[in-house]
Amino acid sequence: METGSAGGGIAAAAGEPVWTGLPPGLLRMRRLLLVVWLGAAAVLLAVPAGLFAGPLWAASGLLPLAAAAWGWVLLGRNWRSWRYAERADDLLLSRGVLWRQETVVPYGRMQLVEVTSGPVERYFGLARVQLHTAAAATDAAIPGLDPAEAERLRDRLTELGEARSAGL
Amino acid sequence: MTAPGAEEGVRGQDPVRARADVRHGERRLHPVTPLRRAWAPVAVLIGWAVHDPDQAQRQLTRLTATTLLVAVAVFVPAAALYGFLTWWFTHFAVTDAELRIRTGLVFRRTAHIRLERIQAIDVGRPLLARVAGVAKLRIDVVGTDKKDELAFLGEGDARALRAELLARAAGFAPETAHEVGEAPARRLLRVPPGVLAGALALTGRTWGSLGAALVVLPLLWFATHSPVPVLAGGLPLLGAAAASSFGRYVAEYDWTVSESPDGLRIDHGLLDRTHETVPPGRVQTVRIVQPLLWRWVGSRRSGAAGGGGGGGWVRVELHVAGSSNSVLVPVAPRAVAEEVVARVLPGVRVPVESARPPRRAAWCAPVWWRGNGVAVTEAVFVTRRGLLRRKVTLVPHAKVQSVRLTQGPWKRLWRLADVHVDTGANKTVSARLRDAQEAAELMHGQAERSRTGRGTARPDRWMS
Repeated sequence: METGSAGGGIAAAAGEPVWTGLPPGLLRMRRLLLVVWLGAAAVLLAVPAGLFAGPLWAASGLLPLAAAAWGWVLLGRNWRSWRYAERADDLLLSRGVLWRQETVVPYGRMQLVEVTSGPVERYFGLARVQLHTAAAATDAAIPGLDPAEAERLRDRLTELGEARSAGL
Repeated sequence: MTAPGAEEGVRGQDPVRARADVRHGERRLHPVTPLRRAWAPVAVLIGWAVHDPDQAQRQLTRLTATTLLVAVAVFVPAAALYGFLTWWFTHFAVTDAELRIRTGLVFRRTAHIRLERIQAIDVGRPLLARVAGVAKLRIDVVGTDKKDELAFLGEGDARALRAELLARAAGFAPETAHEVGEAPARRLLRVPPGVLAGALALTGRTWGSLGAALVVLPLLWFATHSPVPVLAGGLPLLGAAAASSFGRYVAEYDWTVSESPDGLRIDHGLLDRTHETVPPGRVQTVRIVQPLLWRWVGSRRSGAAGGGGGGGWVRVELHVAGSSNSVLVPVAPRAVAEEVVARVLPGVRVPVESARPPRRAAWCAPVWWRGNGVAVTEAVFVTRRGLLRRKVTLVPHAKVQSVRLTQGPWKRLWRLADVHVDTGANKTVSARLRDAQEAAELMHGQAERSRTGRGTARPDRWMS
């Protein structure tokens, strides 16, 4: 507990938390996936339409392309909105553009910290850190981290969690 | 934490004797248990007959005396054997740190329940079990979907085991845990049958389901003039009505809350008696609910005494992680209920005043915004919700797992935000429609309070 109170003093002195954004890898992956899928959709829509219904109908392929352009911007905004801050005693998470959400998880309440990485994420060299507390409603996750950073974060959170651990 | 060490110590003396001790410590359930298991095949048959009555009728007419005899001759021993085997293969033992249950005929299952993690223990005595003089013990632990149940034990055994589990969980030495016995209890409250009946009569749900049955059934009859749909629609409706009125009366009859060093004791039930125990410091949230019609009841008598937010009757619910029981007091005058709450959460007084959202919140929730409120005391985070049916929820700071702030586009326009507090009992308590600036302060302040609040909490082993 004495570490906790000392840390609180530091945080109070520092004032504003130091935010960390996400590395650009996640944005790159999401945009690539978006372009690949919607590009394929555009081709699949435009080619049969152009062949069977006349060349004018081939313009329908522009619809997915427009959606892709819109999604490109949205993904960028969403990616910029994600940020986290490791404070002395708790982890701060903030995300969302229209529906904003900010989460505070005290280190002592973390039951489990896991790093996950799917096949696509692994290809792009990304990993996701998921925090679990005793409350299932806590949805604290940081996606798209560099694997080394994810592991560092996991180790640090686990260490801090053990130091400040508490029961239910 | 002490378990491996203690076991090591026992084994160190004499391995053979130690193993014999464990074997000796293992116990079986009450021999009446197979009868309960024997019901399974019969229940399957009945279920099939109800599900498909025509087919069942046809099969019954084809049945001759011989086939019936053969069926009985096969079924009854098979059921008895199944019951006997499941009973034979179920063992349990209490060690220094754990309750171990070994069970399963085909799929073996061994559960080791850490005593200091026990959230609540219930002794249930269903009607038939009361006749047979047995009881079942249910143990609530965090994070298990399947509740661990010891059914059935002799009534005396169940009480003794409950007392022993609690004594060991409290940190008494294993040698003395046997002798500690049941901790003395002090009664806090008993709900008189008349008050309970009155409370149910004043609940909207009771009349709602009854009224629905009374309206829908004649309508169905006039529409179809055949008894089948009336029965098909009416039976569930009547069932729901009975469950919400008579069923609740029977379940909540003679509700007694007492306090003991073991924690809170709750006894209730007319036919099926249940005895619940919640060890100290396990309560995650407490909710005080006041349905509309309860507001003016008994206010002349208890209104003067009950300072907190007027008189009337209230219902108190509590949430413990991993436990499905939620009612603490089915009905009581507000002053009495608040006294009980002060016992459950030591030193907590239900705050009278709570801060309303700013007036512009009416743009997000017309009229109803007035029902919301939030208050923070040094021990609890309190939210108020509801205009007609008022709900006040209390969360001790030490039980907060995470704090979230959410804000949608419409709320952003009005500079409002919601603060959610997540607790270990999978309940989220929300302070809605706060001013955005205030909400941010509330969130950070709450995170700070929940972190420091832990220091004053009681240890898991509350007697050590």
